[in-house]
Amino acid sequence: MTMKTVFKKTTGLTDKPTHYCPGCTHGVIHRLVGEVLEEMDILEDTVGVASVGCSVLSYEYFNCDMTQAAHGRAPAVATGVKRVLPNRFVFTYQGDGDLASIGISEVIHAAARGENITVIFVNNTIYGMTGGQMAPTTLIGQKTATTPFGRDISIQGLPIKVCEMMATLDGAAYIERVSTHDVPHIQKTKKAIRKAFETQKKGLGFSMVEILSTCPTNWGLDPAESLEWVKDNMVPVYPLGVYKNKEGGK
Amino acid sequence: MGKVLMKGNEVIAEAAVHAGCKYFFGYPITPQSELVAYMARRLPEVGGLFLQAESEIAAINMVYGAASTGVRVMTSSSSPGFSLKQEGISYLVGSELPAVICNIVRGGPGLGNIQPAQSDYFQVTKGGGHGDYNIPVLAPASLQEIVELTQDAFDIADRYRTPVILMGDGMLGQMMEPVEFSERSDTEQCKKEWATTGTRGDGGPKIITSLELDAESLELRNRNLQQKFARIKENEVRYETYHIDDAEYIMVAFGTTARITMNAINKARQDGVKVGLIRPISLWPFPEKPFIETREHVKAYVSVEMSAGQMIEDVRLAVSGHAPVDFYGRTGGVVPTQEEIYDKIITVSGGVTI
Amino acid sequence: MLEEIIIAGFGGQGVMSMGQLIAYAGMLEGKGVSWLPSYGPEQRGGTANCAVVVSDAPVGSPLVTRPSTAIVLNNPSFDKFEPRVRPGGMLIVNSSLVVRASERKDIKIIDIAATDMANDLGNSRIANMILLGAFLELTKIVTADSIVESLKKVLSANKHHLIEVNKQALQKGASLVGVEIS
Repeated sequence: MTMKTVFKKTTGLTDKPTHYCPGCTHGVIHRLVGEVLEEMDILEDTVGVASVGCSVLSYEYFNCDMTQAAHGRAPAVATGVKRVLPNRFVFTYQGDGDLASIGISEVIHAAARGENITVIFVNNTIYGMTGGQMAPTTLIGQKTATTPFGRDISIQGLPIKVCEMMATLDGAAYIERVSTHDVPHIQKTKKAIRKAFETQKKGLGFSMVEILSTCPTNWGLDPAESLEWVKDNMVPVYPLGVYKNKEGGK
Repeated sequence: MGKVLMKGNEVIAEAAVHAGCKYFFGYPITPQSELVAYMARRLPEVGGLFLQAESEIAAINMVYGAASTGVRVMTSSSSPGFSLKQEGISYLVGSELPAVICNIVRGGPGLGNIQPAQSDYFQVTKGGGHGDYNIPVLAPASLQEIVELTQDAFDIADRYRTPVILMGDGMLGQMMEPVEFSERSDTEQCKKEWATTGTRGDGGPKIITSLELDAESLELRNRNLQQKFARIKENEVRYETYHIDDAEYIMVAFGTTARITMNAINKARQDGVKVGLIRPISLWPFPEKPFIETREHVKAYVSVEMSAGQMIEDVRLAVSGHAPVDFYGRTGGVVPTQEEIYDKIITVSGGVTI
Repeated sequence: MLEEIIIAGFGGQGVMSMGQLIAYAGMLEGKGVSWLPSYGPEQRGGTANCAVVVSDAPVGSPLVTRPSTAIVLNNPSFDKFEPRVRPGGMLIVNSSLVVRASERKDIKIIDIAATDMANDLGNSRIANMILLGAFLELTKIVTADSIVESLKKVLSANKHHLIEVNKQALQKGASLVGVEIS
């Protein structure tokens, strides 16, 4: 009887154990990105840009050259890298506080310029690292450390729908929102990430995948409840789908 | 190539190109906009790239990204825009990335105006952003000196893996003088094995970061930075002196202010006042040596600045109480005239000293 | 030799390029030169001006507060710089546009109706060159030939046809002061 390998860890990730909380989907998303880089055989030609937030240490997990950027500035840093090294694959990995709040200008202008980079945007509607404060993506009524009575439209305004907004920019080539709340959606997420890097490979311009994710620690839910919460509360507000596909087709 | 008549801002740009800088990320702000426009025209000619960023913040972070790949890269701004770059500059220091940042200083605080000033002295010499750090700051006084110091700036940046600031004022940026460009044959092309350019063919992944969560590790990193700053202090001090051998009074001024002060000194010398000049060229590290050598016999020093009195603090530290330190300055974009400075010399010296 | 010159007028009267030509010509003759424009809000509205220093030695201060010569092309420039000319210095006035007369006795005053003469020559934009021609004739800080040489370098090729009329204007200016002074 011979043993058959049915699953192995991607070479796209280092052996370092991640620091993420139980039930957080950052780990899954890291693996998907790592697998795509491995499967496309571009790991050695990739420079990643880490952001600030829970994923700040992602540079220790991705098994490629990594540069760490200031809060929100990853798309500007990625622009600098890509403009010097147009033949390398350059991606940023950013949360919703980093990208949608402090860094909204950088990501919009990177897209507007059609920077040929890929943005992995992980949206869990909250600032995780700093202890669960409101993000631009926090849902109406959602309780956070800085919206203890729930997000009130009259005070904190309405959530930003990043994909919808970014899709209006002519420089954006591929924009898709996916989710990680169950296995079929995780598989779709991987396809979307692959599509984004393929877009970059073809030189079509800016690509971004928004990935709905969890934060059990700051939501005060267990991992399973968190996945349900994504499905029941986030997906209706942040509809999944392809928002922009310059190339057309699937 | 011979001499050409150019504007200061354009000289900075051309000197950077001669120093092998092919990447520039900029944002318009008066009085340095000619520099940005010159780069936009010039860099494509040398196979480089100019990109106008959406903000000074984005520009300095693009510089960070480009610097992390190991190329020579530059940005420029003027005071309000330079303030916006502070976060990125602190990150460049923390991640030990070489880059050259030019600040053509204008009147402040706030939006201020667009006239010449030197009131960013504290900001450039005492850190500027968050954290324990200093950055080499070079302050040319003439357009020909810009050529030399721009090249120096890139060399120092590479040698020590640090951002370097080139500081001028609106006058220096706007004026024209003849300059002659030269290629520096001994330009250091340091091997940048730390650069993140993809791992193909160069071993395992490299990381550029300023994050160090463990306190002891960050202290160690800081200790290494401080050792680097000490090396810079030892090796990169630059200054010029003028008539200090017999001087009883020494004026201290940098940049264009030093030139105006020299005119006043010439006139005072004709009138018999033994007065000289120390012109710091590196503002950090500040040149202490000429003060230590003169402070025992000089009757007074006068710091002349286009600010309310910033460099005077470094002058006082260097003089260390051995002699009085006086001050003459104008603010808000008003340039001190040679007549005013002459009057100050006469007041301080009590007239002819013979 | 140390000449510290201020040239002032409305934007569009060519005061900046006039200063640049002097600096360029000085450079060609191996002299120390600097050119410093006013670039602040003052250049909108009232006057645009530039300071030019020409010296046998390297230039010290590029900033000119007490000019040895001021060339003023309009009223606001006259009002601003007439009092600043240093005693023994010279004030060259475009009397076509400047209505006031200087009462100073300690400086040399040259009135030239440059705008009118330029119109007579068929090009109102060369008033500056008429004044420059007079200035050079009086001070000899650079030669008119060096100015023409500089024009060739400063003007793009498609504007080289303008060199001839500029030359005429320089000669016109020079001839005026030749007559008036002698």
